[in-house]
Amino acid sequence: METPSDSHKRHTLALLVDNRPGVLARVATLVSGRGYNIDSLSVAETMDPAISLITLIVSGSPRIVNQIVKQLRKLINVIKVTDLSDVDYVERQLVIVRVKAVSENRDEIARLCDIFRGKIVDVSSKAYTLEITGGEAKIKAALSLLAEFGIEEQVSTGLTAIARSSSVKKLTL
Amino acid sequence: MTIMSGAEILIECWKKEGVKVIFGYPGATTIDIHHHLAVSGLRFVLCRHEQAAVHAADGYARSTGRPGVVLVTSGPGATNTITGLAGAHMDSVPVLVFSGQVSRLSIGNDAFQEVDIVGVSRPVTKHNYLVLSTEELAQTVKEAFYVATSGRPGAVLVDLPKDVMSGKAQFSYPKKVELKAYQPHLVPHPRQVQKVADLLAKAKKPIIYSGGGVISSGAGEELLKLAELLNIPVTTTLMGLGGFPGTHRLALGMLGMHGLYRANMAIQSADLILAVGARFDDRVTGALDGFAPKAAIIHIDVDTTSIHKIVDVDVPLVADARQALVAVLGALGPIPPYDKDERQKWLDRIKEWDAESPMTYDRSPGEDIKPQMVIESIYRLTKGKAIIVTEVGQHQMWAAQYYLCDSPRQFVTSGGLGVMGFGLPAALGVLVDRPGATVIDISGDGSFLMNVQELATAVQENLPVKVAILNNGCLGMVRQWQELFYQGRYAATILEAGPDYVKLAEAFGAKGFQATKRPEVDEVIKKGLAEPGPVLMDFVVNRDELVYPMVPGGRALNDMILEKTHLP
Repeated sequence: METPSDSHKRHTLALLVDNRPGVLARVATLVSGRGYNIDSLSVAETMDPAISLITLIVSGSPRIVNQIVKQLRKLINVIKVTDLSDVDYVERQLVIVRVKAVSENRDEIARLCDIFRGKIVDVSSKAYTLEITGGEAKIKAALSLLAEFGIEEQVSTGLTAIARSSSVKKLTL
Repeated sequence: MTIMSGAEILIECWKKEGVKVIFGYPGATTIDIHHHLAVSGLRFVLCRHEQAAVHAADGYARSTGRPGVVLVTSGPGATNTITGLAGAHMDSVPVLVFSGQVSRLSIGNDAFQEVDIVGVSRPVTKHNYLVLSTEELAQTVKEAFYVATSGRPGAVLVDLPKDVMSGKAQFSYPKKVELKAYQPHLVPHPRQVQKVADLLAKAKKPIIYSGGGVISSGAGEELLKLAELLNIPVTTTLMGLGGFPGTHRLALGMLGMHGLYRANMAIQSADLILAVGARFDDRVTGALDGFAPKAAIIHIDVDTTSIHKIVDVDVPLVADARQALVAVLGALGPIPPYDKDERQKWLDRIKEWDAESPMTYDRSPGEDIKPQMVIESIYRLTKGKAIIVTEVGQHQMWAAQYYLCDSPRQFVTSGGLGVMGFGLPAALGVLVDRPGATVIDISGDGSFLMNVQELATAVQENLPVKVAILNNGCLGMVRQWQELFYQGRYAATILEAGPDYVKLAEAFGAKGFQATKRPEVDEVIKKGLAEPGPVLMDFVVNRDELVYPMVPGGRALNDMILEKTHLP
């Protein structure tokens, strides 16, 4: 039997759940109760207000992630679990970051923001606040470049994800 | 449609679900319910501790196959149910706890006797509910019973705020439950069934490993048919005892840490294991890398999460155990061909193992009472027909080894969680439904004191439980590990100041008898069985007796300690 420290593959799980009090707690308890960490989490209502989508990122060996997926499916309020890592999917995260911006590098920061298709959402004489969305890799790249100018503060949402339409058929579970 | 209070609705719902008896303990937040319950015609069994009330409901459910129902108050009343819930849930027993809660406006205010019991009980229940309006009460109760009893059964808690119980609503009981996300998979897949049948017919050294799922799905008859049809030996888990007749020629007895030599050796040498309603618990498999090295494994289980959880299986079959076995029998046909010579060789080999190391202990003459002797005497004097309930420890293993149960639901024990103090209240739960049955709680002096207060319940409710204490003055199972693996340092396991059990029984209004020498054993059992009421039998037994065989932790099943002399 593997332990939590064994091989780590990152899995993006999409859970359709009843939109009710306590459901998120059930999902979180189930993962933490087995000694695993949730790397990222996002929750929001779907088109049907009775149903929410939880996007959960966990790491672990195939056996562990399989067990977590099966246990999640067993929860009474969990309607459907999809391991998006099995298919082609799009994932996005939103980061808001305040970067030191003095006269000599303001232009460069603005250019960088353009390259990453971000937006400057707040400006002061000493700083820019940038909004950037993207997948994990893009966000990482943007942040490491911005770090050179000095990041004052940074906040981020969890990742959310959707399967590409070419993969939707494969997902009938 | 009639307007009723929440309390009245709850009781009506119970009646619609066929509930006859409720176990529990009252308090401030459940007064409304008790006020109506008292004149409802339903029986309320007043236990003396909420934990015991859940064990009693659990025993009732294990004995009858119907859900056990508990009513407790908020706060400590609710938290006291946690061990009971966890035990029932781990052994897949349908138990429903209805807990009082403070009024909705007080929730979250640290009100008197307030606790977030839905939060506390979440990891030890199959599901739980906080009822937030009187209108949704009936639907919730219906759903709770459905969830507790369907698929792999389990424990469910329903939390009832006081003002939801006193509030009024229109009552109509919903006819059915529809849960988008919860649809137990009961019907076996025909392709998998065919694979099972093919493997069974081809196997040379097959063994059936049968668990609690056989009992809870009522698959005993089908299992017997299958075993006899192909002449396959059957070993059972602790939870599965009685699911296959213990005295049958194909019965190998229990396997695992304290399993029989022949059962463990057969598992280790088998070329095919058919696991039915069992979950490859660590007490069963021993070291996993050495478990059943030559066997292909078929796993029948209603719970998908059990499959591939511990061992990789060759053919999984997700279904209700009974339906699965019916289908497999159908696929095999009335006279399936199999290699009868090979099978005879296999059964002969198992007989040799049994002769090499039979289930026994030192029977040399003497005055002292051996604990195994007490179990054997009880077996003989009850003709193997008593319902055996146990606590947890050495006595539990001896009961499992020496009391051969032939019927499902005849052996009631806390398997997964291993709750000391389970037996006495669980035995009362059994007796509530079967007042005429001989129900014996086989206990140790450690376990017994954990829920001793239930003697008062037994006397008040006139439930003639017979408690047999194998009194060795210590916490025997832990002491056994200390003797074998911790250089005999008996830390915290010696119970020097035990009570006088005869006087204790009398103080509660029950009868007490004591045996200190061998010839007194039968005498005490006969006296105890002849008494019409609750009885405590104190057997002062030899402390040095250990449970054998034993597979030490971390070793493979065939690596057994068989008796003391084999120790290094």
